[in-house]
Amino acid sequence: MPELTYREAVRDALARALREDDGVFLMGEDIAEMGGSMAVTQGLLEEFGPQRIRNTPISEMAIVGSGIGAALQGMRPVVEIMYEDFLTLSMEQLVNQAAKHRTMSGGQLKVPLTVRTQGGAGWSPGAQHAQQLEAWFVHVPGLKVVFASTPEDVRGLLWSSIYDDNPVVFFEHRTLYPIKGEVPEELEPIPLGKARVHREGTDVTVVATGRLVHESLAAAEQAEADGISVEVVDPRTLLPLDEETIVESVKKTTRCVTAHEAVTRGGFGAELAAVIQHGAFDYLDAPIERVGSKFAPLPFAPVMEQHVVPHAADVLEAIKKTVARA
Amino acid sequence: MATVEEKAGSGDKRVSEGTLRDFFREMLLIRRFEEKVEERFRAGELPGFLHVAIGQEAIATGVCAALAREDVIASTHRAHGHTIAKGTHVNAVMAELYGKTEGCSGGYGGSMHLYDVEVGNLGANAVVAGGIPGIVGAALAFQLRGEKRVAVAFFGDGATNTGTFHESLNLAQLWKVPAVFVLENNGWAESTPNTQHSPLPIDELGKRAAAFGMKLIEADGQDVEAVHLATLAARDHALSGKGPVLLHLRTYRLTGHFVGDPQVYRDKDELKRERETKDPIELLRARLELSDEDFEALDAEITAEVEASVEFAKAGTDPAPEDALKHVYA
Ligand SMILES: Cc1ncc(C[n+]2csc(CCOP(=O)(O)OP(=O)(O)O)c2C)c(N)n1
Ligand SMILES: [Mg+2]
Repeated sequence: MPELTYREAVRDALARALREDDGVFLMGEDIAEMGGSMAVTQGLLEEFGPQRIRNTPISEMAIVGSGIGAALQGMRPVVEIMYEDFLTLSMEQLVNQAAKHRTMSGGQLKVPLTVRTQGGAGWSPGAQHAQQLEAWFVHVPGLKVVFASTPEDVRGLLWSSIYDDNPVVFFEHRTLYPIKGEVPEELEPIPLGKARVHREGTDVTVVATGRLVHESLAAAEQAEADGISVEVVDPRTLLPLDEETIVESVKKTTRCVTAHEAVTRGGFGAELAAVIQHGAFDYLDAPIERVGSKFAPLPFAPVMEQHVVPHAADVLEAIKKTVARA
Repeated sequence: MATVEEKAGSGDKRVSEGTLRDFFREMLLIRRFEEKVEERFRAGELPGFLHVAIGQEAIATGVCAALAREDVIASTHRAHGHTIAKGTHVNAVMAELYGKTEGCSGGYGGSMHLYDVEVGNLGANAVVAGGIPGIVGAALAFQLRGEKRVAVAFFGDGATNTGTFHESLNLAQLWKVPAVFVLENNGWAESTPNTQHSPLPIDELGKRAAAFGMKLIEADGQDVEAVHLATLAARDHALSGKGPVLLHLRTYRLTGHFVGDPQVYRDKDELKRERETKDPIELLRARLELSDEDFEALDAEITAEVEASVEFAKAGTDPAPEDALKHVYA
């Protein structure tokens, strides 16, 4: 099997979709000659030309909004919002328009739009270039929300998102772009709404997303050394959510930790905890522990940044807490 | 669309008398429809809240008659006229206002979310300026596919103060997409007059086009012929590949912002004067020199049509409550 970086995997999915389907085109700030601020779309302008790889003005509302309009006409636009912090400028179009056209029209319209964006801490960007906002969108009926953590997943999920007939907000994590992983020779679409069990275990389930999948796998290794068997599950799609895989896992292990880089309060972990306590109430041997960032805008100084965001050690501590209860 | 004649060789275009009579009929239909809506709302029959465009009928009719069926529009909170003029039957509009499955949005939309995709109505928007960027994207799709179609956004003077408006027109001009942006300048954003919402004098709102290097076409929004000719010119320009058009139409809102608005903020004498001198239906009626007899016969016919739409709507089907969840995802 070939090996791709997460960045190359995103690019590969985009290139294949662009090759296969004239309705697919890309819009975003600096995505053409420069290849995007994360170099994800490098080389695509050369292959597909400026009609389909379109640099836009700094107009997040119009980027998403014109993507919606093209999608309503049967195209499959993939628009890029440079940093997920800037999604806030396109919220109106995403939340009021993309998510609602189908219902408001009584089923006459569909919006096959993909909004790619990226964020995440770990490089001292300060407070306005790294926030993890995925939970906001999980609260909006009509949207789908994807957060992929490996090269294989990001490629297969992006493909499925482009071909989904609904608006998908597709989160990539900045620090994952260089990681490498094996991918199938041929692109295998990964259905939205299917979790992935990264590691099987019997004592504790960690449900993690994005960068925290990797931190959780590291924590699981360390726990193993202490005789604790940890299962790590990545939902991959936050909306719709594969509740069954998650609940079944917790029924087996009887303990659960949720882990994401977004702040804990009001984070996706809260939703997971609610789903799990409801689905596996009689099986739980300990309160569900939630791992996430501390409740502060991300500070700049590396020592403070590292203090705010969660790491493997935080996941390990949470794992141990749940085990200590029983 | 043979709505226009030209005096041989003169370049002087005008709308034929027969077409003007058709326009008159449609404008009167929209007027009577909206008056009925006001009445039924006051009677407590219509849920939600409503905005009528009484005084602005010449724009709905003049613009939409210049469009092909394949052209698309996005409307605003003041949507009944646009919707009827783009080709949706009054029965389907009225049924929507009653929340019935026979409504043009199946009862999911309401007055501010009238959709009819088959006739090119991509929906009315309750977020001021919310529909404009989608029109840029629809026009982009037409351009990319080489289709001879235009996409048209309606919006008010108030909407020209939003970032959405500026981002959208900027992008549309940059990419020269076949779009027409119809500015219905009635001088009011709810209770806020133009003098409090825009640094430009009311008649100069069209100057905003210059900021984007966009073609500006202006016409008297109370004169359906002028609106129609201006829209035809705008459509031609948009389709020529030269870029989109800002179509600035000065108009008058001859009622409150919403049905039931006491308009405490408005000079009553001025409103009275506007009602007497700016009503587009009265202006056209005078021009066509309709006899009282002809007018009353037409009016009776239209009133019956509107009455029938109410009967149709009332006899419509209530959605099953659980159907609320039916169209969340495709
Ligand atoms: C984004 C947004 N802000 C405020 C409102 C409330 N609102 C509804 S209509 C309106 C005035 C709009 O004025 P204009 O664009 O001139 O349209 P008109 O009502 O005159 O047709 C306002 C402020 C809204 N619907 N959306
Ligand atoms: Mg206005």
